[in-house]
Amino acid sequence: MNGIALAGAGWGGQGLLAALLIQAGQMALVLLAAPLLVGIVRKAKARLQRRRGASVLQPYRDLRRLLGKEVVLAENASWLFRTAPYAIFAATWVAAALVPTFATGLIFSWTGDLIVITALLGGARFALALAGMDIGTSFGGLGASREVMIASLAEPAMLMLVFCVAIVAGSTQLSSVAAYMLTQPVGLRVSLALALVALCIVAVAENGRVPVDNPATHLELTMVHEAMVLEYSGRHLAMIELASALKLLLFASLIGCLFFPFGLAHAGSAWTGYLLAIGLWCGKLLVMAGLLGTLELSIAKMRVFRVPNFLGAAFMFGLLGVLLLFVSRGM
Amino acid sequence: MHGLSFDIAHMLAGSLVLVSFLMLYQVRLTALLHVLALHALVLAASVAWQAHIQDAPHLYVTAAMALGFKALLIPWALRRIVFRLGIHREIETVGGIGLTMLGGMALVALSLQVMLPVTAMSDPVAREDIALALSVVLIGLLMMVTRRNAVSQVVGFLSLENGIILAATGARGMPLVVEISVAFSVLIAFIVVGIFLFRIRERFDTVDVGALDEVRGGRA
Amino acid sequence: MALIGPAFGSFALLAALGVVLGRHAAGRWLVYGGSLLACLLLLATGIGALDAPPETLVLPVGLPWTGAHLRLDPLSGAFLALIGIGGAGASLFAVGYGRDEHAPQRVLPFYPAFLAGMTLVVLADDAFSFLFAWELMSLASWALVMADHRPDATARAGYVYLLMATFSGMTLLLAFGLLAGTGGGYAFAQMRAAQPAPFIAGLAFALALIGTGAKAGLVPLQVWLPLAHPAAPSHVSALMSGVMTKVAIYGFLRIVLDLLGAAAWWQAVVVLALGGITAVFGVLQAVMERDLKRLLACSTIENVGIVFVAIGLAMAFRANGIAGGAALALTAALFHCLNHTLFKSLLFQVSGAVLVATGTRDLERLGGLIHRLPVTAIAALVGCAAIAALPPLNGFASEWLIFQAVLLRPDLPQWGLKLMLPVDGALLALAAALAAACFVRAYGIVFLGRPRSEAAAVAQEVDPVSRAAMLIFAALCALAGLFPGVVIDALAPVVQPFAGGRMPVQLGEDWLTVVPVDAARGTYNGLLVGVFILGSAALAAAAVHRLGSRAVRRGPAWDCGFPDPRPITQYGGDSFAQPLRRVFGSVVFQTQEQVDMPRPGEMRAAAIVKSIRDPVWDLLYVPLGGFVARLSDRMNGLQFLTIRRYLGFVFAMLIVLLLALTVTQ
Repeated sequence: MNGIALAGAGWGGQGLLAALLIQAGQMALVLLAAPLLVGIVRKAKARLQRRRGASVLQPYRDLRRLLGKEVVLAENASWLFRTAPYAIFAATWVAAALVPTFATGLIFSWTGDLIVITALLGGARFALALAGMDIGTSFGGLGASREVMIASLAEPAMLMLVFCVAIVAGSTQLSSVAAYMLTQPVGLRVSLALALVALCIVAVAENGRVPVDNPATHLELTMVHEAMVLEYSGRHLAMIELASALKLLLFASLIGCLFFPFGLAHAGSAWTGYLLAIGLWCGKLLVMAGLLGTLELSIAKMRVFRVPNFLGAAFMFGLLGVLLLFVSRGM
Repeated sequence: MHGLSFDIAHMLAGSLVLVSFLMLYQVRLTALLHVLALHALVLAASVAWQAHIQDAPHLYVTAAMALGFKALLIPWALRRIVFRLGIHREIETVGGIGLTMLGGMALVALSLQVMLPVTAMSDPVAREDIALALSVVLIGLLMMVTRRNAVSQVVGFLSLENGIILAATGARGMPLVVEISVAFSVLIAFIVVGIFLFRIRERFDTVDVGALDEVRGGRA
Repeated sequence: MALIGPAFGSFALLAALGVVLGRHAAGRWLVYGGSLLACLLLLATGIGALDAPPETLVLPVGLPWTGAHLRLDPLSGAFLALIGIGGAGASLFAVGYGRDEHAPQRVLPFYPAFLAGMTLVVLADDAFSFLFAWELMSLASWALVMADHRPDATARAGYVYLLMATFSGMTLLLAFGLLAGTGGGYAFAQMRAAQPAPFIAGLAFALALIGTGAKAGLVPLQVWLPLAHPAAPSHVSALMSGVMTKVAIYGFLRIVLDLLGAAAWWQAVVVLALGGITAVFGVLQAVMERDLKRLLACSTIENVGIVFVAIGLAMAFRANGIAGGAALALTAALFHCLNHTLFKSLLFQVSGAVLVATGTRDLERLGGLIHRLPVTAIAALVGCAAIAALPPLNGFASEWLIFQAVLLRPDLPQWGLKLMLPVDGALLALAAALAAACFVRAYGIVFLGRPRSEAAAVAQEVDPVSRAAMLIFAALCALAGLFPGVVIDALAPVVQPFAGGRMPVQLGEDWLTVVPVDAARGTYNGLLVGVFILGSAALAAAAVHRLGSRAVRRGPAWDCGFPDPRPITQYGGDSFAQPLRRVFGSVVFQTQEQVDMPRPGEMRAAAIVKSIRDPVWDLLYVPLGGFVARLSDRMNGLQFLTIRRYLGFVFAMLIVLLLALTVTQ
């Protein structure tokens, strides 16, 4: 059995073209939907604060404006500073394309599994942290230094919950995991609950949301992400903003696909199945955007040195889940 | 018992362990009391579920007691004490939350390691429940050992007691009388501790138990 | 085997040449050039031996009744190839780098001897040759460490290294003694055939683990490594870190997997525990280190830990008769050995280039080198990304395989393994994330930002040969990451005899996908990930430049409106590590910081004092040293006895030995 045979097995007569179309469609869809998700979260926060808030389409307008502007580069910016935005965007986009949003069994899904997705996000962060240090300003170094501190706990936590899910489903491949969750009687498992809690914490930290970081502030001593991208402008900033929007969408889709996989279409579904799946996916995203907005409003940002404890808890939950799985397997 | 009912029982017991970890993680006293209430709430749900699946109505009484006393009354009373002592803004200096939680992990591993082989004969539900309950007890003890504030030591003690009740309900057949007497003993212990807290505070102007050691050291 | 003779001959010749021509420029060309060729011979031999039946050779030297046995089987072949690659890279780099050597006559004679020693270790087929080669390797590398003998730090490094090397050799001697048994069969073939009692086997395992672990850098025997590796010239550091640690791992594999045969599961638990601790401990030290070469040496400790975790997994699976899992884990271990040789050689070459260009390896005096050393900066970026386990480079491929092995069988029957496996998974995940943090810091501080010293501001790119060596290794890192299937298939015959099975054939897979067990469990395609990343980056860049603006203006840095041109305002190595030091260091290393801030009006400078304590020194070596000192104080009295008393001691000893003999018989 090999990769393509597995992925293409369900396609039968529809052939490679349809499969490619679905894959390309998903890649385009995540790209188009990502800014909208950011807009919706902002809107939800605004409404909860009884403000009217900007239109949900505002992130698109921001991106268009940034793309049209000239880039102002610091005098000592190197080639790394100029290429990093594209590398960050590409790594995040490839990672986002590997997560089944509305359909499993995508044709390139065997290219990488959950560990690869984690590592791709790690790669994007590697590039971003280096870019933050390139100009040699105090803010860039501060952001990069804190980012790697957060990542040094968020990444292991992410891997631990990946382990948890992978042991339950017997696979690290996202499509197989989603299919397993859909078809097998998984029931309520303590380890999966622990993994869900850990994933939510990691998602909050990775996307730099309250209480770990605040995406809405500038010029505050506690900022992390915004400090790293302080020197960016114009199209470079647009790529980075788009990449962070993609990352938010990726985590939302990941939570949906791992823990609430109902309604996912699979290879060979009819067109109506795909439409229904897209609709359900949008619904899941809306719910999560609302929850994220509520969460961000109901708690305050943490002190930087509280963050390790917060993420350490996620790491422990993941480890506890894996431990329980290893132990209860012997019964 | 099988399938979903097992899953839910297991899930609730696991959640109790999870809440115990949250307790280790909390350093603010008021937040800690909220977590204590949550702990008791999960316990009540767990016991009620056991009552449902074991078809043992007396366990509903236990659940109600857990809900009434432990989820509402005691946290409320402790909260009043904390506010009256004026220590609700105090942040405890715990020796490294990360280390404490790692210790908690090790305790969970230990209790699984110990309980699962020992109880190999009994039915699988009780086995995992007992193992998880032992973890809750050990984490409660850990909490009492690592905290310096008397109030959080009381909280650790109460969570320990929750673990014992979880074990008892999982094991089918703890008589109601024992249950009630345990509950009352806890209540009395609570009252005694509450009084002591005020006395300690009057004498030493703090509820840091380190102060007590100093007094003893002085007399020795 | 035919090529081995010429390789050894040339090593001997080159060592002699090094003695004679030590002070001439020609000597450098001849010795390093010759070593390069000999290493390429080794590489060819090693690759040829991967898929061939074992060859043996008995030479009439060594112990009179055994002779020197040599054997070239696939495992030796794999490590021979590794020595070949690492040695060739170091030699090529040294052709250019050696120009800046202070005292070439102290390096040239020992360099070929060091290579010969390592080669002989992997070829030896009896205990005597093995130990001889092991000591040759140790002593030659010790001489190389002491090449620049003037600094006090080097003297201390040399002393500690010699002590640990002797200790390692002694434990191995005892291990072989146990394996040979009372029959005295010192050839490996006899040891393989013998069936030692479980207790003896366990003792031999422990001694072998200590002896080879001391050489490889397992915690708590790693203390010499961050001292000795950086003290040597950079190309020798590359060899010591990239290759010699692998030879030590070979020693462990040879003794434990081959000579001892079936291992008990508790041995796997020990290896897994030590490996996991070593990985995290090493990378935590690396992330706080300020000296570039010491940082790399600490990261070597981490990678050795990762390899030992993979070996431990293989032992656990083998003890339970799971052939597929053992094959997966052992392949991952060997693959990671290769990868570490590639990127650690590259990074030590980079550190050599930085040292030549700026004269310092202190992170706080570097910075901005991406503008001054463009080629070195590119090679270094590839090396840092590879060692940080980023896809699609090689470090990720092998770590991915190890993760797959951890996840493979959660239903092992033994409790120790059940608890150890998830903990090791967590430790590996932590180590991987910290390694990424460590190399963001290393690259960012050395190559990015603004120069922190005059020397860094005026640095010049190194010579073309060194640059070529670095670029070749960067390319190798990328190739091994893009085509991991080729390496996995090549390692299959090496793994087969020890694991009792092999991983699925990879080259038959479509699009060169890596399939560790079967496709439903998880697959990874380095080539496609690489193509996708490059493709979408290029697509995005093209689209943005076409549809959006392409205008660029240069201006002063923004920095929230307060740009300060002094380099001291940027983050340095210590400040970058501060959050990590505070989160992890306070637990493991008892790090403390004290800020001494003068009050307004006082004219003295502010100061920050940080202290880091090494728990291994504090808990093990300091008490041990104290014990030895006390003991020797006691023994000191023995030097002032009368002759009659000395004779009495000798007589008593003789009686005791005779008694022991009668009791045991």
